[in-house]
Amino acid sequence: MSAPRKRSSTALYLAKKNPLLVIGVVVVVGWVALSLLAPQLAPYAPLVQNISERLQPPGGTHPWGTDELGRDIFSRVLYGGSITIPAGMLVIIIGSIIGTAIGAVAGYVGGVADEILMRVTELFMAFPTIILAMAVTAALGPDIKNAIIALVVVWWPSYARLVRGLVLKTKHNEYVDAARLIGASEPYILWRTVLPNCLAPTVVLTTLDIGNAILTFAGLSFLGLGPEPTSPEWGRMVAVGIDYFDQWWTWLFPGMAIATLVIAFNFIGDGLRDIFDPRTRTR
Amino acid sequence: MPLYQFILRRLVFVIPLLFGITLVAFLIANAVPADPINANLPQSQLNNTELVEAFRREWGLDKTPVEQYLTYIGNLLQGNFGRSIKTRQPIAEDIARFLPATIELATTGAVVGVAMGIVLGIVSAVWYNKPIDYLARTLSLIGVSVPVFVLALLGLIVFHAQLHWVAGPGRLSARIASPPDVTGFMTIDSLLAGQWSTFGDAVSHLIMPSLVLGLYISGLISRVTRSSMLEVLSQDYMRTARSKGLRERFIIVRHGLKNALMPVVTIIGLSYGNLLAGAVLTESIFAWPGIGRYMFRASTSQDFPAIMGVSLLIAVIYVVVNLVVDILYYFLDPRVRTA
Repeated sequence: MSAPRKRSSTALYLAKKNPLLVIGVVVVVGWVALSLLAPQLAPYAPLVQNISERLQPPGGTHPWGTDELGRDIFSRVLYGGSITIPAGMLVIIIGSIIGTAIGAVAGYVGGVADEILMRVTELFMAFPTIILAMAVTAALGPDIKNAIIALVVVWWPSYARLVRGLVLKTKHNEYVDAARLIGASEPYILWRTVLPNCLAPTVVLTTLDIGNAILTFAGLSFLGLGPEPTSPEWGRMVAVGIDYFDQWWTWLFPGMAIATLVIAFNFIGDGLRDIFDPRTRTR
Repeated sequence: MPLYQFILRRLVFVIPLLFGITLVAFLIANAVPADPINANLPQSQLNNTELVEAFRREWGLDKTPVEQYLTYIGNLLQGNFGRSIKTRQPIAEDIARFLPATIELATTGAVVGVAMGIVLGIVSAVWYNKPIDYLARTLSLIGVSVPVFVLALLGLIVFHAQLHWVAGPGRLSARIASPPDVTGFMTIDSLLAGQWSTFGDAVSHLIMPSLVLGLYISGLISRVTRSSMLEVLSQDYMRTARSKGLRERFIIVRHGLKNALMPVVTIIGLSYGNLLAGAVLTESIFAWPGIGRYMFRASTSQDFPAIMGVSLLIAVIYVVVNLVVDILYYFLDPRVRTA
C-alpha cells in the first residue's frame, strides 16, 4: 500500500476527474439542507393563504411570486423538498431491501423456489412503472403513504433480478465452499459470505435509481395520487399551476426543483458507475 | 430454427405472462381495503339494492375467489372491462373511442424519439469527448431527468404562447371541423377527406406533444446507442474496414451501426412502456383526448374500474410490443436463427 494521500488532494483529484459527480453531490446536499432548514429559511408559512396577494409575479416581497391562493411559492418549494426527497429515498430503501431478499433467496436456493419467485418478478415487470403504481394507489386510496407503497410494489423487481444474478455468480466461489466446509449454516453463508459480495453493484443501482424514484413519485403526485391537494409537494404544485398556465412561476419553479434534483442524482449515479465499473471509465 | 417455431417458443412465454397480468390486476382490484362494490359503483347508487345485486352477479362476487377470477377472465375475454363510474359507459367502449388519438401520438412520439435517440447516440460516439458529445449527452440527460409534464409546459409556453410556432392543446383548433371519422387518426382522416388545411392544423397540434414524448424516450435510447456504438467502433473489423479504404460514413453506418443496433432494438421495446406512461402525463397537459388523459381523469376522480381497465390494456400492449421486438431480433440477428 502506498502512503495515504491527503484528504483534500483526493477530493481535488476526484473533482478534476469527475466534475459532474461533484456538482451532483453539491446540488443534492444543497437541496437536502434547504428542505431541512425550510422552517428557518422560508419567509412565509407554506400553507398560509393570502387572497389579496394571489398570483403575484416574482419580485418584491415574494421572490418567486405567489400561487392562486396567495401562498408564497419560494417558501412552498423549500418545504416541498422535505416531502419529495424522503419519499423517493424510502421507495428505494424499502424496494431494494425487499428485492434483495427475494432475489437472494431465488438465486441461492435455486430450483423451484427460483422458478416461482422469478416468474412473479417478471409479472410485476410486465407493467410500465407508473401505470401499475397508478392502479395500486387508486386501489389503496390516494395519500402520501399509499403512493410510497405503490412505488415499492413496482420498484422491487429490478433489484430482485439484479441480486439474483449476482448471487448466482458469487455462490460458486471457493470461499463459499470453504465457509460450508467449516460448518457454517446455509442462511449464515448467504447473509455473511455471499450477500456482502453482491453489495457494490446493488448500491450503485440505488443511486442511479433515486432520481427515477423521485421523478415517478412527483408524477404520481402530479396525477393527484400522492399527497393531498394543498400540500407543497413539487409535482402537486405543478399540477395546480397548469390551471394558471400564463402565470408561469406557479409551475416553473417547483418543476425546476424536481429537474435539478433529478439531474443531480443522475450525475451522482453516472459518476459512481464510472468508479465501480472500470469498463465504462475509459470511454 | 424456422420463424413459426421461433414465434411459438416466444408465445409459450407470453401467454402465461398475459394470464399473470390479469391475475395481478385481479388481485389489486380485490385486495383493496374498500370492497369492490364500493370501488366500482358510484356513491349515489350504493343503496340501490337492484344495481348492487346485478353487479354482484355480473362479477360473481358471491362465489369463491377462484370462481371470481374465472368470471373476471371470462368477462375480459368478451371485452367486458366493467363500467366507468365517471362516464357511465362500458370501459371497452371508452377505450375504443380514445385509443386512436393515443396511437397517433405515441407512434409519432416513438418515431421522433427513436430517430433523435439513435442520431444523438451515434454523434456522441463518433465525436467521443468532443463538445458535440457533451451537447448530445446533456440533451439526453434532460430527456431522462426533467419531468415530462414540465417539458410539456415549457414547450407550450415557449413554442406556442410566445413564438406561435405550433398550435396549442387539443387535436384541432376550435374553428376547424373534424374530418369524417374513418381511422380515428386526425392526420390520416383529414388527408382521406382531402382537407389540406385541416391536415396542416392537425400536424401543427401533433408536433409539440410528439417532440415532448420523443425527447422523453430519446434519453435512454441515445445512452444505449452511444455505449453500444463505442464498443463496436473499437472492434477489429472496423479497423479492417478502414484499412480497405472504405469511406468513413459507409463504415460507420454499414459496419458500425448495423452491429451496434441489437441492444438498441431491445431498449426501444422497453422504452415503449415509458412512452405509454409518458402519454398519460403528456396527454393530460395537451388536452389530448386519448387513453392517457382518460386514465388521468379516472385517477383524479377515483374511477377505479376505468383505471384497472386502462392499466390492463397498457400492460398487454407493452407485452405485445416486446414480443414484436423479439421477433424483429429473428430478422436482425442471424445468431438467433441458427441457435
